[in-house]
Order: sequence, then C-alpha cells, then structure tokens
Amino acid sequence: MRFMNINVKLFANFRLGRFTAATREYPAGTTVVDIVRSLQIPESEIGIIMVDNKHGEAQDQLQEGANLSLFPLVGGG
Amino acid sequence: MKKILRINMSDLTAKIEEVPAAYAGLGGRALTSTIVAAEVPPTCHPLGPNNKLVFAPGLLTGTMAANSGRFSCGAKSPLTGGIKECSAGGTAGRQLANFNYFAVIIEGQPKEDKWYRIHITNDGATIEQETELVGKWNFELIAALEARLGKKPGLMMCGPAGEMKMALANISVKDSDGHIRSFGRGGLGGVMGSKKIKFISVADDGGSRAEIAEPEKFKAAAKVFAKALLDHPVSGQGLPTYGTAILVNILNEAGGLPTRNFTSGQFEGHDKISGETLHDTIVARGGKPKHGCTAGCVIQCSQVYNDEKGDYVTSGFEYETIWGLGADCCIDNLDEIALTDHMMDDLGVDSIETAVMFAVAMEAGVLPFGDGKGLLRILKEEVGKGTPLGRLLGGGTAAVGRAFGMPRVPVVKGQAIPAYDPRSVKGIGITYATTTMGADHTAGYTIATNILNVGGHIDPLKKDGQVELSRNLQIATAAIDSTGMCIFIAFPALDIPECLQALIDMINARYGLALTGDDVVALGKRTLKTEHQFNLAAGMNENDDRLPEFFNLEPVAPHMATWDFSPKEIDEFWNF
Repeated sequence: MRFMNINVKLFANFRLGRFTAATREYPAGTTVVDIVRSLQIPESEIGIIMVDNKHGEAQDQLQEGANLSLFPLVGGG
Repeated sequence: MKKILRINMSDLTAKIEEVPAAYAGLGGRALTSTIVAAEVPPTCHPLGPNNKLVFAPGLLTGTMAANSGRFSCGAKSPLTGGIKECSAGGTAGRQLANFNYFAVIIEGQPKEDKWYRIHITNDGATIEQETELVGKWNFELIAALEARLGKKPGLMMCGPAGEMKMALANISVKDSDGHIRSFGRGGLGGVMGSKKIKFISVADDGGSRAEIAEPEKFKAAAKVFAKALLDHPVSGQGLPTYGTAILVNILNEAGGLPTRNFTSGQFEGHDKISGETLHDTIVARGGKPKHGCTAGCVIQCSQVYNDEKGDYVTSGFEYETIWGLGADCCIDNLDEIALTDHMMDDLGVDSIETAVMFAVAMEAGVLPFGDGKGLLRILKEEVGKGTPLGRLLGGGTAAVGRAFGMPRVPVVKGQAIPAYDPRSVKGIGITYATTTMGADHTAGYTIATNILNVGGHIDPLKKDGQVELSRNLQIATAAIDSTGMCIFIAFPALDIPECLQALIDMINARYGLALTGDDVVALGKRTLKTEHQFNLAAGMNENDDRLPEFFNLEPVAPHMATWDFSPKEIDEFWNF
C-alpha cells in the first residue's frame, strides 16, 4: 500500500485536544472525510474545508503534499 | 403618537411632529435614507448648513426581541459625497424607541462659533451652549457626563476628530458598560461637528416600553426567533466563542487577507493576530471572551480585552480592526493593536478607514510597515492634535493616496476597502463596487456564501453567480438594517426558514400589519433605489461603481487572482 504525506491544519475549537498543525502519513487515495473521521471530528461540525487554499469537499481525494485546513462553523463581519 | 423630533441648529429650537403617512412601515436605514433623500439637497456640501443628521431606531428596537437593540444614523457623507447610513449598538437606540421617536432629524447650522449640547426626553429636546467639555476626548467626556447626568442616560458623542471635521471622524455611542460603540464609516462625526454639537444625551426614563399591537403573537414569534439564533452554529457557538476575529485565519487560508497595503492575500504574522490567539489571550488575562453590544443580544460576538496586568484596554475589538492594523499595516502585535483600537475609540475615528489609510501612508514612507508604536504616536500627537500632517492623514485613505502620488489606493467612492481582497473573494468585490455606501462589506456580506458556506457555497475565485449573490444579500441587508436587528441574524436567517418568518411575524405583531416575505424584499429594493437615486443626483454615475485599476493589473498571491469583471458585468447589478 502506498502512503502519502498530508499537512493538516486545524482551527478554532478543532484544536482542543488535538493539534494546530501536523504532517501525517495517510494511504494513497485518502479523502478529506477519511481524515476528518481519523481525527474523531464529528462530520456535522465541519464548516469549511480548504485544500491548498481553495474550498474543498468531504469526498475530495488528496494528493501527496496537500495542505488540508479544517474549520468548524464560524462567522464574522 | 408616532413621533419625529426635529432639532434646528440655526435657531436652536426643537419640535415634535407626527410621522407622516408616507413613512409608515419605515424604520432604521429605510427611514434615514428616505428622509435624507427627501430633505437633503444631493448637491449640498456635507459640512454645510443644508446637510441633515438623521437618527432612527429600527422597526423592532426597544422591544424584547433578541438582538434588536441597534439603530441607524444617516446623512450625506463627507467622505463619499453620497448617501450614508451607519448602524450602531449602545443604549441610545432603545432609549429613543422608548419615547416613540421614529426619527431624530438635526438640521441647520449655528452661525456663531459656539458649541452645544442636546438633551432628549419624551417631551422634546433642550439645546444649550456647552463650553466646559469642548475638545475633550471620548473617554474623558463619558466620565464627565456620567458625573453630571448619572450613568443611565444614553450618549452620542463628537470626539476631537469630529470637532475638527476630519473625514475619518465617527459618532461614538455609549454602551451599558460605559465603553464605546460607533456609527463608524463615512465621516458622520464631521457632520455632527459641522453642526457644532459636542454631544447628545438621551434620558433613560419617562417613556414607556414600545406598544405592541399583538403581544401574544409577538412573544411566540420572538421565542422562535431567539431559538433559531441559538441553534445556528455560527450565531449560537462560533461567534460567541471566537468572535469575528476568527476570520483572520480563515481569510489567510483562503488567500484573501489583504496584506501590506493589498499587495498579498496572506500574512506571515497571522498566527499572532488570529481569533484563536485573541481568545486565549483574553481568557488568560481575565477579560471577557463574549460580550453583547446591546441589551438583549444572545449572540455576544464582542469581547473585552485586558492588558498583561488584567486592566481594561478595549472592547468591540473586531476582525476589521485587527486585520487592518495587523495584516494591512503588518503590526503583528495584539497589544499594540488593542491600544490603537482604544485610541481610535477615544479620538472618535473609524477603525477601518484609519487602518487602511495608515497602510497607504506606510507604503508612502510616512512610517515603516509594522511600526505599531509609531502609528500610536502619530494618531495621538498628529491626528489627535490636528497638526498639518494630522489633518492630511485625517482626510482619509484617498486623500493620503493623492497627496503622496500613489496609485495603489484601495477605495471605492472614496471610502476604504475592508478586510477581504476582492480579487480572491469576487462576490465581495461586487458589493464593494455597487453598494451605495462606498466600499462596505456589511452592505452585502457575500463572505457568508463565498467563504463560510452559509446559505450554500459560491466559489470565491470565479465570477459565476457573484452579481446575483451580492444583489440578493444587499436587498436583504437593506431590509434587516431597517429593523434594528444586528446583521449577524443573517447567518441563521440564511439557513433556517423559520428564522426569517419569525422576524416578519414580529414586525407584523408589533404594528398590526400583514407583511409577507415579498414585502420585506420590496422594502429592501426600494431603500437601495432611493439611495442610488440620491447618489446619481449628487453627481455619481456608473464609473463610481468600479474598483481601483490596480486590482485588475496586480495578481494577488497565493492564487495570483485579479479583478476581472467588465463594467457591463458589474452594471448588471442594478437590473432589478
């Protein structure tokens, strides 16, 4: 099985009990939602997914070296 | 009787009129814009005798509806030369509503070089000469007035910047903690200064709570409304926990955080000024991580920030201010930014216009990027004292850009562009270009759908769907701005259908009406068109609905995006 490195960044309360940024190995073909589940983040809490600074979706497959940013549902003005 | 309080500063009289039938169903922004359009000659000088300053509580201000404490202030703007409406929290809006004032209209101008104070009660207003407190900065003014009047009366204040009629000047409103909320943008402080009003106090007693036509129906709708606000993750959890500054990291990740005078979409020092860092700092120092700007707010997006010793530095410490001084001016130090926020409250200047102005001044070489201490000194010793440099900077971003011969000046209709780069968040670019208010992010907050996935998702990097998105949001916002509701109710209103219906039900129950969703949309459209007509008559045309040229010429990292809407595509906005 091939593996790839993904840079994962967590924001707001997702950091609590987890980390701010970490580079981890995942199997090739891993999707965003696979990583969300591996971090034990409830899928319903996901607000914004960004892959390499662009909006992504839960089913997106990631490539080697991708930057994944996960935000809960937050707002501002 | 539904009242309008009319105050004349030429002959120093005040009288009460009945709200005319033509203004039935109008409040907040719909009312200030209608009155300004009806009574202010569009070509008048904004600092002359023919401009008017109009305050109007919203349709629901003064009721027990959650988040209904805000009110509006309108005039012709000295900064944009067009119509302006601002919204603020604090206590005075509710107090005016308790007296059944739908609007307070201040007109004329004193002929002599004297300053005045105005005191508003249920029966009218007194206008008296003020000598002792002229020249005072806002916090000293509040302390002196609390000693004179007690802590309960509301206050609207003209700080030293407004006394000097600077384009940066705001009108400051006291909140229930004795701190400051602002009618921020467009230089309304200068209009108040041009009418030589140092402050307006509003009595806290002598009125009765707003008469509700159908109390039971109102209470039921208010319950549904409050529940929707608490249920939605943004208004119920995200905003109270992290406040608006959570956007720093979000916009940085999206590549839309304007940095170093709009030359990049990401800021190296973002972590030092993020909402997460702000939250942790506040908690560690015993400040308040959540805080409401009016009574009855259940969202509590605001905060109280303390220094290392645990003493109060500032409150209402928001994303725009932190972005402007942090990323745009490159000051990566929350304490220096907080001290500056406090000073801007004290001087009475708009934090967005001031920050964006300073970034242009930094690029021009007035001071180095990142020089937080230098910025504080210049604000206090130059702007605050009205030195020649201070007066120049006090003229705002466009004035500074012109004085130093700079093409990279981020303004629309003369007003500074806020905390989202239009090249990488194209929906907000349409709002900046087309809103009657000048570059204004709240007028049609497409960030919700471009970035935050609220009300669906529209790709911020593509042109598709942006004009329609901005149009729908601008229409809805103009309507919400008329209710006295905080704009953040838009998050649940966009996602939870019962929320918007409950808002309409409350308005109907308050006044005994039968408005539908279509009527609310019609109110928003009418308000925008009234404002647009005023701007056209004031001398604006479609060329004012454009972004500065550099956004088209300079790609912004990391996406190397440019602003690529044609004039024709932008002008589609007004097809409604």
